Amino acid sequence: MNKKPKQALEDFGKDLVKEVLANRQPRMVVPIRALSNVTFNKKTETLQLGGRSAERNFFNVAHAKKFLQTLEVAAASKNLLEEGKHASLRDVFYMVKRTIPNTKTNIVDEQAESDDAIQDLELLTDHSREQLNINANKMGSVAGHVVITDKGDEIDWSRMGSGGWSIPSNVEEITFKRVRAKYVIYMEKAAVWERLHEDKFWDKQNCIIMSSQGQTTRGIRRLLQRLSIEHQLPIYVLADFDPWGFYIYSVLKFGSINLAHMAESMTLGTARFLGITADDIENYGLKKHLIAFKDVDMKRLEQLQNYEWFRDNKEWQRQFKLMKSMKAKAEIQALSSRGISFITEKYLPEKIRKGEFLE
Amino acid sequence: MAIAHELAAQQREISVSEFFAKNRHLLGFDNKKKALMTTIKEAVDNSLDACEEADILPEISVEVIDMGNERFRVIVEDNGPGIVKKQIPNIFAKLLYGSKFHRMRQSRGQQGIGISASVMYAQLTTGRSAKITSKIGPKDQAHYYELHVNVQKNIPEIVKEDVVEWKKEHGTRIELDIEANYAGGNQSVDEYLKETAIANPSCTIIYTNPKAEQSIFPRVSSELPRKPKEIKPHPYGVELGVLMNMLRFCEERTIQSFLTNEFSKVGSGAAQQILENAAIPPQTKPREMSREMVERLVEGIKKTRIQNPPTDCLSPIGQELVEKGLQKEISAEFYASVTRSPAVYRGNPFQIEVGIAYGGNHPLDQPIRIMRFANRVPLLYQQSACAITRSIIQTSWRGYGLEQSQGAIPSGPCTIMVHMASVWVPFTSESKEAIAHYPEIIKEIKLAVQEAGRRLSIYVNKKKRVAEQQERVNIFENYIPEVADALARISGAGKEKIIAAMRKMLEKNKEYIQAHQEAHRVEAREEEEPAKAGGFDDE
Repeated sequence: MNKKPKQALEDFGKDLVKEVLANRQPRMVVPIRALSNVTFNKKTETLQLGGRSAERNFFNVAHAKKFLQTLEVAAASKNLLEEGKHASLRDVFYMVKRTIPNTKTNIVDEQAESDDAIQDLELLTDHSREQLNINANKMGSVAGHVVITDKGDEIDWSRMGSGGWSIPSNVEEITFKRVRAKYVIYMEKAAVWERLHEDKFWDKQNCIIMSSQGQTTRGIRRLLQRLSIEHQLPIYVLADFDPWGFYIYSVLKFGSINLAHMAESMTLGTARFLGITADDIENYGLKKHLIAFKDVDMKRLEQLQNYEWFRDNKEWQRQFKLMKSMKAKAEIQALSSRGISFITEKYLPEKIRKGEFLE
Repeated sequence: MAIAHELAAQQREISVSEFFAKNRHLLGFDNKKKALMTTIKEAVDNSLDACEEADILPEISVEVIDMGNERFRVIVEDNGPGIVKKQIPNIFAKLLYGSKFHRMRQSRGQQGIGISASVMYAQLTTGRSAKITSKIGPKDQAHYYELHVNVQKNIPEIVKEDVVEWKKEHGTRIELDIEANYAGGNQSVDEYLKETAIANPSCTIIYTNPKAEQSIFPRVSSELPRKPKEIKPHPYGVELGVLMNMLRFCEERTIQSFLTNEFSKVGSGAAQQILENAAIPPQTKPREMSREMVERLVEGIKKTRIQNPPTDCLSPIGQELVEKGLQKEISAEFYASVTRSPAVYRGNPFQIEVGIAYGGNHPLDQPIRIMRFANRVPLLYQQSACAITRSIIQTSWRGYGLEQSQGAIPSGPCTIMVHMASVWVPFTSESKEAIAHYPEIIKEIKLAVQEAGRRLSIYVNKKKRVAEQQERVNIFENYIPEVADALARISGAGKEKIIAAMRKMLEKNKEYIQAHQEAHRVEAREEEEPAKAGGFDDE
């Protein structure tokens, strides 16, 4: 990443033009982003992209459209960089979406296609999409005794009202002024975050609470990583007791298959899985609130079991096995059956005090 | 007793003519539209049979004149051998009179009902008599008759007879006034004549429709179809009653000689075998055979292996002419035809021919057009009851390039014609509209359409390939300006220069692109196969 993003884009384009003018078929070489080309580095405990790559030749019917899509998002990004503006993934989708003249084909039909092209562009230019001025939607909230500065504004995470500070998709520019916390709890559900916030859990327990809605965005992962590295805070993950909840932890800790090319800036080696665990179901009497597995759940669980980074982990394999025998899952909110503030008053303090987590 | 006498007074013979007058639907006069088609069909069938028998290339003129009030005058004139004076009244005004019923030979007409039924229909609906003119040679006189059918007695009534001047060397002309309806469509007179022209490539038909528009279906072959030979019945096809009848009237002295002389493919060995199996002494006199003995004889025939009947009694259209016939009447891109070897059902030899016309003017997404023929006669009604339709439905057409849903007629831009030639075509009814479902017949039709289907699929697949290749080249042609535009924006290089270079490359690579697509496709699949592991990664 030693080149400026704009320069990197320009060079990428110039190389292709050079090929064309020299009468050679223009092609791009993109590493394959799929499980088959991802390896688990046992030393760094992160997922890394393997050496296999795919060649995308414009003069190949199967590649022509993807080739064009990648060039279109590159041109859109260049435009953003030149004007000093940022666009969301959705914006970029609309910037490149149009019908190719004389055909019934759209350059992109779904956002997934432009998103995919953007990820390719990251690999081709060696710059993250944030550096290419393309952001994801803001999706997370945070609260705690932390003061930061962002674009010159000083922000106190303890004084942000009922909604908390909403985490931007690019957190590279913020600086931490003061951090007073013993740990961070990251949860997959905004509703649970709201419970913790209302109960002033972060104040009582002296911690930071953070959430996203569903998948963990890159901004959140980067923020967690910075808190972990720059302030040596342990990160606890609170997720549903189901294969998808487990995978949220997996992505945070080891990286994701899609973003294996950015493993080093994303992964959180220190992340700990607090709950909900199979033992919690037993210990906190949640059996009545189990939801029966569907076929997809079982399939997903079996995939997790076989991931290289879980395969030799006895603790995790035990959890998988227990879940498999229950053939059921449970939500974090199941804890509310014991009382609305059971989670903040009993469950979390007890788990953290006892050090009951998985790594 | 008294009642029985009363009843007896009412009990009397019903003539065939009376029966059909009341049951005219059995002969194809169910409704006014169909009546017009049937009337013309009976006349044209007779003309074609007569011409072929006399080795004359048929030239038939058909004229339909709208007389108003749902009445039509039908005039059919041929250049056939003509009919001798004495026979004219019987042929046209007596039901079940004819030359074709008693012999085992392929012909259009079978029973001798058709044309006289038309005459009777005309008489019933308009009260007009049939006007017949016939001449048998250049030196002979032309005879003119006006005829009625005596419905009670089934005999002809001559209303008028005369000798007239006729320039034609020989031929027959019939004029009938009937109540009818004229309409187009798949069951119309027009369609009947068009299909007749397809199945009879050596005949010329001149047709003037009720709108006074004339169309000519010219002959494409000046060779008459092979003249079918007459054969004796084959034992496998003979039923008990028929056998009893034959025995009663036969002049042979012994049952042994009866078998060898009255049937085809029964030599003295086979006859001995049959009689042995039937436990009948060979010297038994045919007239002394009891009903019970005849029954044993039928069983004996079943138990004996007898050679298949000879097949030179059949006259197929011929593979080449099937195709020519289709070509002249149906505009399409691709034609194929198949003529199977003869086969046998219930002792009757038959032969199946199939023709396919694909593409061209055919509508794209509709069920295919099925044209059915029996002894060169188009079958326009009762399509779904016919063994031909059944066989086409039971064939799987998807592999041959047509769409088909379960148990349905395939769809696509296609016409399939199937012709069954036989000494005795088994129809499901007297109006001769659908072929009965004999397993042997269905099997033969299926084999024939499958063979034609395979040829069709070769063409359809090739056509698809060519279209795909063109589409591929188009993809690049349309993408190049877009790629060049994006590249220009990213790199700052000139757009036109990039387009020019890429176009040049495309031109040079066209062949390469077309030849290597298959390889590319495999490669592409491999790239996309490992897909996302969970489907819900980061964002």
